[in-house]
Amino acid sequence: MTAVAANPGQGRWWRNRAVRRFANHRLALLGFTMISLLTITCFIGPYFLPHDPLYIDLSVRFTPPLVDGYYFGTDPLGRDIAARLLMAGSVSLLVAFSAMLMSIMLGTLVGLIAGYRGGWVGAVLMRTVDGFLAFPSIFLLLALAAALKPTPMMVTIIIAITGWMEVARIVEAEVRSLREREFVQAGRMLGLSGAHIMFREILPNAMGPIIVAATLTVARAILLEAYISFLGYGIQPPLPSWGNMLGGAQQYLASAPWLAIIPGLAITIAVTSFNFVGDGLRDALDVRDDRL
Amino acid sequence: MPRDEKGVYRLIKSVEPESSGPLALSVRNLTVALPKGMDRIHAVENISFDLERSKILCIIGESGSGKSVSANAIMGLLPKALRVTSGTIELDGIDVTDIPPAKLRDLRGRVVSMIFQDPLSALNPLMTVGAQVEEVMAAHNVGSPQSRRDRALALLTEVGLPDPEVMYHQYPFRLSGGQRQRVMIAMALALEPTILIADEPTTALDVTTQAQILELIREIQRRKGMSVMFITHDFGVVAQIADDVVVMEKGHIVERGTAQDVLESPKHPYTRQLIAAIPRLRYEDRDTPEATSETSRLLQVEGLMKTYRTARGLFQRQRVVKAVNDVSFELAHGRTLGIVGESGSGKSSLGRVLIKLLDNDGGAILFEGRDIAALSEREFRPLRAQVQMIFQDPFASLNPRATIGHSLTVGPIAHGMSRDAARTDAMALLEHVGLDPGAYDRYPHEFSGGQRQRVGIARALMFKPKLLIADEAVSALDVSIQAQILQLLDQIQRETGVAMIFITHDLRVASQICDEIAVMQKGRIVEHGPPSHIFMAPQADYTRELVAAIPGRRAGQAEAAQTGAKQ
Repeated sequence: MTAVAANPGQGRWWRNRAVRRFANHRLALLGFTMISLLTITCFIGPYFLPHDPLYIDLSVRFTPPLVDGYYFGTDPLGRDIAARLLMAGSVSLLVAFSAMLMSIMLGTLVGLIAGYRGGWVGAVLMRTVDGFLAFPSIFLLLALAAALKPTPMMVTIIIAITGWMEVARIVEAEVRSLREREFVQAGRMLGLSGAHIMFREILPNAMGPIIVAATLTVARAILLEAYISFLGYGIQPPLPSWGNMLGGAQQYLASAPWLAIIPGLAITIAVTSFNFVGDGLRDALDVRDDRL
Repeated sequence: MPRDEKGVYRLIKSVEPESSGPLALSVRNLTVALPKGMDRIHAVENISFDLERSKILCIIGESGSGKSVSANAIMGLLPKALRVTSGTIELDGIDVTDIPPAKLRDLRGRVVSMIFQDPLSALNPLMTVGAQVEEVMAAHNVGSPQSRRDRALALLTEVGLPDPEVMYHQYPFRLSGGQRQRVMIAMALALEPTILIADEPTTALDVTTQAQILELIREIQRRKGMSVMFITHDFGVVAQIADDVVVMEKGHIVERGTAQDVLESPKHPYTRQLIAAIPRLRYEDRDTPEATSETSRLLQVEGLMKTYRTARGLFQRQRVVKAVNDVSFELAHGRTLGIVGESGSGKSSLGRVLIKLLDNDGGAILFEGRDIAALSEREFRPLRAQVQMIFQDPFASLNPRATIGHSLTVGPIAHGMSRDAARTDAMALLEHVGLDPGAYDRYPHEFSGGQRQRVGIARALMFKPKLLIADEAVSALDVSIQAQILQLLDQIQRETGVAMIFITHDLRVASQICDEIAVMQKGRIVEHGPPSHIFMAPQADYTRELVAAIPGRRAGQAEAAQTGAKQ
């Protein structure tokens, strides 16, 4: 349509528009609020709780929630579940975020080079990506976790290694279409180096999909961490994580169901929130959609 | 002008009796609101116009004038963000502004139908041409499958498609742009509508094809006594086809009248400005100093080749396209060579090979005596500053996430200029190309197409290049802006003595700015010479065809509208 023109001098409209669209996405906004609350309580909350997450008091084992100042009750060793949940949350979120950062960086780098260079360089890189994708990621994850010493750092790296391929594919596709745009040709005409064109000209334009992928990767990383910790190959007790709290609750499912329900809910809330935010960002950053 | 009586050639009897009255379409006080935050409140404000029966009404205006919005409002196809706030639209006596969607759908196609600008995106790629024509009739429950098929074949014949029986089974991707537009016209005609709305139907086509499509629309209109509302930005087209004209500017109608009146004696200053801005063929040569001595030779191209190969598939033969086939020419300092041709002639590939954005497959490019075709990217990088390009699409050629200042200075800084010096130069150049230096810190989306193209020119001039390649540099711009940019390029060339290669599909534009013109067809240069030769005495058949197809060659002359219509 020829008649619709953007208002000149209105500031950075794409920002405003993206923000406005995100704000109109109710679930995304809900997810965003939940994540913020979750993060703040996980990292600041422990200072306001009366009990230490690692303090064992066998006299109060299996206290149900909301009794004696134990908001979420206690576990088989009499530790405060509320305190443990928040500490576990900070561990899980930290692991998930670090894993996301690593896989985004690796995936973006590979995708950018493969997409921009194309040819055999691109082919080699993308076939490597396919190779990684060919491994069933859960088995790879478990095999690696079983073979390596399961420190939080190792868990993070393992999760990152199984998660960067999707990002690489998304970035590669995006860069391949951006590469043909005239402003990139103009960059070549100006005699800019390949690295400069890739990182300074193309990358900022590919940020939308990368941000969306990042959000969804966090959700995936939280799940994977819970997965391997639940099976006992991830974060090792006494350091709590949502996954190993769930794992420890298995045998008491009938007698003390809150042991499983509470960390289970925490995982569900975190993962759905990140997914909602991811969906909202995808809609908000998608320029092809011309709804206003 | 004599016209056939209405209804004589109708193939299908209309389902409803036609309402009488002299007006096929009547728009009264139409106002369409734009969403908040746009540059104005209304897309069109309080416009009224009439389309008389069996006439062609041209609505002309530049981008953003509201002409497409008017057409879409009539069809009830406005995007959700736009709303009709007041006014009435009467189609054949029926007010369509507030009738139920089902009723409107019934009118669409039957009473009024539309042809779009881009025939490829308007056709369904997964349906055969015949099926799409039939679908229009099936959607309105007209005829039986057999009669629909016959009718579709008749229509394909009617719009002049070769071999309709074969065409019927083809998918759109196999057709050329002009053939696709013919299919669109066949679809639009399927139900014998009273009114045909054509929204820039020839803008995406080559000149020779444009001429054919215009003729087809004119002929069908006359044969069927249809009423046509034709939207365009090109006064050349108006001269060729219109009975009546409505001129729109920024959502208002500024002038209306018969084509002859408006073209010959425009009243409104905006109309006058538009008509003055029409690129006209200039038959005399440019008065730049003649290249004389051998030393002034800047660029020498010898037997240049560029071949595209499709990947060889398991079951496919490899296809080889010679985009640039044995092209040779010379260019001196301070002169402009125009390269004209239709889409697919290889002119853009040639431009990109010259600036080494594409590698050549043979031949030599001697730049100041040195063969740059043989240089590797790394070796050529220092020389890049000498050869710069102005790109076609001002919206795509600037990085949307970088400020104008960044776009201008990034190249020189990468070549070792200091940040401050680059900034000073950029500011001076912005002013030189007619922009406010305050543009330096702003982003591309804050500027109009013409302003962005000025930024593109400033970027190319940052290095003080010796050779400037302009690839369709004014094609995406409105005519009035086009004229300004051409003037700017001319002025820059006179000041700096830069040599230019001006690639365009528009002979009129080429005649304005070029010292010499090379006509390309299928990768070869078929004719080469000064504009006076090319236009006055074209030698090659292809050149003659191109020159003959220029729309409204004598726009503004009384005979033009007449002869154009009679042809």
